[in-house]
This record gives sequence, C-alpha cells and structure tokens, in this order.
Amino acid sequence: MAGGLPRPCGDFRTSYGADQTVMADRMSRNWAIGLVVLIALLPLPTVLGLGFDLVDAYIVNLMIQICYLGIAALGLNILVGFTGQISIGHAVFFGFGAFASPFIFNNTGLPVLVCIPLAGLMTAAVGLIFGVPAARIKGLYLAIATLAAQFILEDFFARASWFTGGVAGAMAEPVTVFGHQIFADHEYFYVALGFTIVMFLLATNLMRSRDGRALIAVRDHYLSAEIMGINLTKYRILSFGIGSFYAGVGGALYAHYLGFVSIEAFNILLSIQFLGMIIIGGLGSILGTLMGTTFMVLLPEVMDAGARALQGSIIDRALDLQSSINFLREMAIGAAIVLFLIFEPDGLAHRWRMIRASFRLYPFSY
Amino acid sequence: MNTLFLIQLIVQGLIVGALYGVVAMSFVLIYKASQVVNFAQGEFLLIGAWVCWWILTDLGVPFWLGFPMTFLFMAVFGIMLQVVVLRPLIGEPIISVIMVTIGLSIFFQALMKWMFGVFEQPFPQIFETRSVAFLGLQIQSVYLMSTVVCLLIMVAFWWFFQYSKTGLAMRATAFDQQAAQSMGVSVRQVFAISWAISAMVSAVAGVVVGVAFGVSSALSFFGIKVFPAVILGGLDSILGAVIGGLLIGVLENVAHFLDVEYLQWGNLQRIAPFYILVIILMIKPYGLFGTKDIERV
Repeated sequence: MAGGLPRPCGDFRTSYGADQTVMADRMSRNWAIGLVVLIALLPLPTVLGLGFDLVDAYIVNLMIQICYLGIAALGLNILVGFTGQISIGHAVFFGFGAFASPFIFNNTGLPVLVCIPLAGLMTAAVGLIFGVPAARIKGLYLAIATLAAQFILEDFFARASWFTGGVAGAMAEPVTVFGHQIFADHEYFYVALGFTIVMFLLATNLMRSRDGRALIAVRDHYLSAEIMGINLTKYRILSFGIGSFYAGVGGALYAHYLGFVSIEAFNILLSIQFLGMIIIGGLGSILGTLMGTTFMVLLPEVMDAGARALQGSIIDRALDLQSSINFLREMAIGAAIVLFLIFEPDGLAHRWRMIRASFRLYPFSY
Repeated sequence: MNTLFLIQLIVQGLIVGALYGVVAMSFVLIYKASQVVNFAQGEFLLIGAWVCWWILTDLGVPFWLGFPMTFLFMAVFGIMLQVVVLRPLIGEPIISVIMVTIGLSIFFQALMKWMFGVFEQPFPQIFETRSVAFLGLQIQSVYLMSTVVCLLIMVAFWWFFQYSKTGLAMRATAFDQQAAQSMGVSVRQVFAISWAISAMVSAVAGVVVGVAFGVSSALSFFGIKVFPAVILGGLDSILGAVIGGLLIGVLENVAHFLDVEYLQWGNLQRIAPFYILVIILMIKPYGLFGTKDIERV
C-alpha cells in the first residue's frame, strides 16, 4: 500500500539516502512546495485588505475543515493504515482534544497556540491508556474494543461537566497571534494551515525513521516483526499515542475555530467518517489522507449543489430532496465507503500514482 | 432494597436478553460461515421491522400473511447483499470487510430514515389482551410472545444445524472450508444461505421489538448491543451467543437497578454493557465458549 511511484525499469536506488528521500525528484518537490504556496496565497488579499477577494469565506471555511479533519485523519491513518490497528473510536479522541484545549487555557492561561499542542499531548496520554489493552488484542477484537471506547468516552463527555461543560458545552477562546486576536476565517486559515504543514511533515519524517518502519513491519506481519526484534507491545501502544496526538491537535484546532464545543458532535458517525477518509484516500498513504479528507468534506457540498440544481424539478418533488438532504448525505458517505472498497480498495492515492506513472512512462507501459 | 423491583428487572432482562441472544446468534452465524463481522446486523432488524410495518399498515395485509412476506423479502435481501457487496471482498484484509459492513450500516440507516421518517411508528394491535399475570408478576403479552418466538428460533437453529443437510454443510464449511469444498459442498451457496438466514432471523427479532416498543431507528442499536453479547459468549459459538445475550440483558438491568437504587448516575444501563465488554476483552478475550487462537513467538 505504501511506497512511492512505480519507477521505470532499470532505475535502481543505490544508497540508503536515496531510499529515504521524501520526494522522488526535485521537480515533484518543487511542485509540492509551489502548490502549498499557491493555496496559502488564496486568502491573502482579504487578510491584507486589498479590496478584493480571491476566495470567499465559505470556501475558506471548507479549507479550514480540510485542515483540522485532515490532521486527525492522518493520525488515524498512522494507526490503521501504517500499523494495522483498527480503531472505530477516533472521533472521541478528536473530541477530547477539542475539550482539552479550552480546558487547559481556562486553567493555566497559557497562549492558545501553546494550548493546542498541549491538548494534543493530553489526548495522547488518554490514547496511551486505551492503547494498553489494545496491545494485547488485535484485528477484529480491537475494532470492537475501540467501539466500546467510543461509547464509554462519549458517556464520559456527558458526565464530566468540569471538563466539557456537560450538556451546555464548552466555550473556546479565539487564537491570539502577537497580541492580535483572530476572529476572521481568512486569518484563522493560516493558523490551521501552519499546523497542517507541520503535522504532515512530522508524519512523513516519522515514516522514514526506524520507528516508522517498525510500525509498518507490525502491520505487515507482526510475528515476523517480533522475531526481528521489534517490541510489539511498545509499537502498538506508541501508534495509539501518536494517532491520539494527531486527533487531539485536530480537535483543538476545531474547537478554537468554532469557539464553541458541544458534546454531541463526536458521535460514531464522525468516527466512521474518519475511517471513510483514510479508506477513500488510501490506507498507508500520507498524501492520500489529504485527498480522502478533501473528498469527504466536498461530498456533502456536492450533494447540496446537486439538490439545489434539481430544485423544483420532477425528481425533487418525487424524492423530496430538500428536506431529506441530511439523510442523503449520510447515504452518500456510506455508499462512497462501500463503492471505494469494492472498486478501488487502494484509494485515491493509488489512482493518482497510476495517473502520474502513465505520464512518466509514456509511450511505454512499463 | 426493593426486591420486587429487582425481580421485575431481572425478568425483563431475560426477555430482552433472549432477543439479544437471537440477534447475536444470527451475527455468529455469518461470522462462522463466512468470517465476516457484520456491523450492519442492527440494520437487518431495522429493515425487517420497517418492511413488515409498511406491508401491514400501508398495504393493509393481515399479520399472518405480512409476516411471511417480510421473511421472503429479507431472504432475498440477504442473498443480494452477500452476492453484490460481500463476495467481491473475499480474501481482502479484515479492515476492508469491517469497513464495508459499517458503510452498509450507515447507508441503510439513512435510507430507512429517508423512506419512513425519523418518528417512532406503532405497529397495529396484534394481541387482544395487553398483559398476562404470571407467577404474581404482570407481564405484557408482547413480551410473552417475544420469549416464545426466541425459544422457537433457538430450537429451530438447533434442529437445523443438527439434522438438516444444509445445516450440516454449513457446519462443515465453518470447520474447514477446503475440506467441505472437496466433499462437494458449494461454499458460495453456504455463504449466501447464511446471510439469508441471518437476515430473516434478525428481521423476526426486529418485528418483535417493533411490536413491543414501536419501530424507529433506535432499533439498529441492537446491532451494537450484540457485540458485548458475542464477545462474552465467544465470537464463534452459537450457544455462547445465546448465553451471552441473556447475561448482557440481565446485567444491563441489574446495572439499571444499582443506578436507580444507589448510584443515581442516569444512564448506566446504556453504557454498562460496554464496560463489561472491555473487561472481558482484557481478561478473557475469547469469551466463555469461543475457540482459542494460540500463537507464540
């Protein structure tokens, strides 16, 4: 699942250094940097007050969503895609981070930008606790155990009003940068983008290291991994911790973006959406995580646009599209997961690699 | 301590537990036959109950005819699901199989909400008398019916796997797929049949719950309650599923009793099965009757 582009035959890597590069060549690195810079430039005219908008607030809102959900999904992909530990309770860790950051801020008064990674660490600690039983069980049993964790932590959120504000929810402070409070979406986007870039670089780097390779070995064949001297217990728990850290940071960004966190937001449907993101994007692919998140965020928007386009037509009247759009969105999520698993089990990342490879190898097919 | 209340709760736990047992049985059936963990088991109940409700109220068919019609529909539905969705995934890693059933589960849940609305709908009255006195306890006749139906299903399961040819073929497939195949058992057929039976039996449970409490999307929560039951009983044991279901039903109501009498936490009944689930996974992950997988390095 993981791995770079298919290379033309005869193109071998001859050093460990070459095997560890993030990007295959200088051109793809420049492309990647250029794309990030381009995206970063989009909201800039609005922030500087130049009098025109390249993107409106709605699109910036979607971009911020992709950022914080993408960070959390990346954590899940490290856990599921790279280590092979199935988790159906990722949303509660995301939620824990969302509550932890305002909680830390209210109790210590540290700057919000410091609270966000601290919330990640706090969530990682909780993830480690849940990871301890996970070290003993695997596969299906682990899936069911994390399902139980989902319900237990959801119940905890409703109960622990000192932490979450209970049914009333918690208020989150806006982010302050150099004494300037950030309220506008266009400005917050840069905070989210900064965290996203750092977190994705960290994950890419992790996967090049000894620990990253150990995680992949645990996924591919845990018995062989243990024989080769990899401490299974340590790496299984570690991957839970890393996954929760990412979820916590994503959740904290979510909390400070919305300014208000309610306990209902972190239900099992969100957990399933996270799983859907990494499956659609590609298990064990960092770039794929971002693609899958984008797909999952845009899917409801496309549904809405479709329903609006059909407004007043016969199909609309027959199916009652406007009032049932919420159900249609849920159905689309379910259908997308099922269809991807049947027709494209390696996800969008695999499709993207195929497209690139066919360009590179043209006109020969190998 | 309120003894009568406790006994009432335990009886209720047994009645609900029998329903969990039936659903758990149909879950284990699929797992044993085709190694698929069906996260969409609760949606089988939901679909069965809604279809039956629709046949009875919108089409005005009497219960004795509508019930078999639901059965037929669910059998076809189960086979279609296996052939169209699950068959292409044979041999894929476990995460794919789990995720595809989760995907199906949210798809059908939303579809049912879309088609039938989000509000609870009562079944048409089936019994004349509302409740029967039994050993000094008032028991609603729907509960009595539910217990009788559960017992019937359990006996039918036992007969089916003990004596019928198809049942024996299914056991053979569960025991050793390759050996069964070389003895002339059609494994494809066994997979399809196991999904059909599982869908039908779950639908019966769905209709029973629907008659007792009304039909709503809350029915699909039974599919999640199944996990504590099957883990407690052992994932691949049908007897374990029944016993696990009964135990979870009783434990849940005892938790409710403790909650009401002493703790006053509120929703312990809903959450207790999951605590039990985690504890079992920690101390005895293969359950009471499950097969132990032994692997050492």
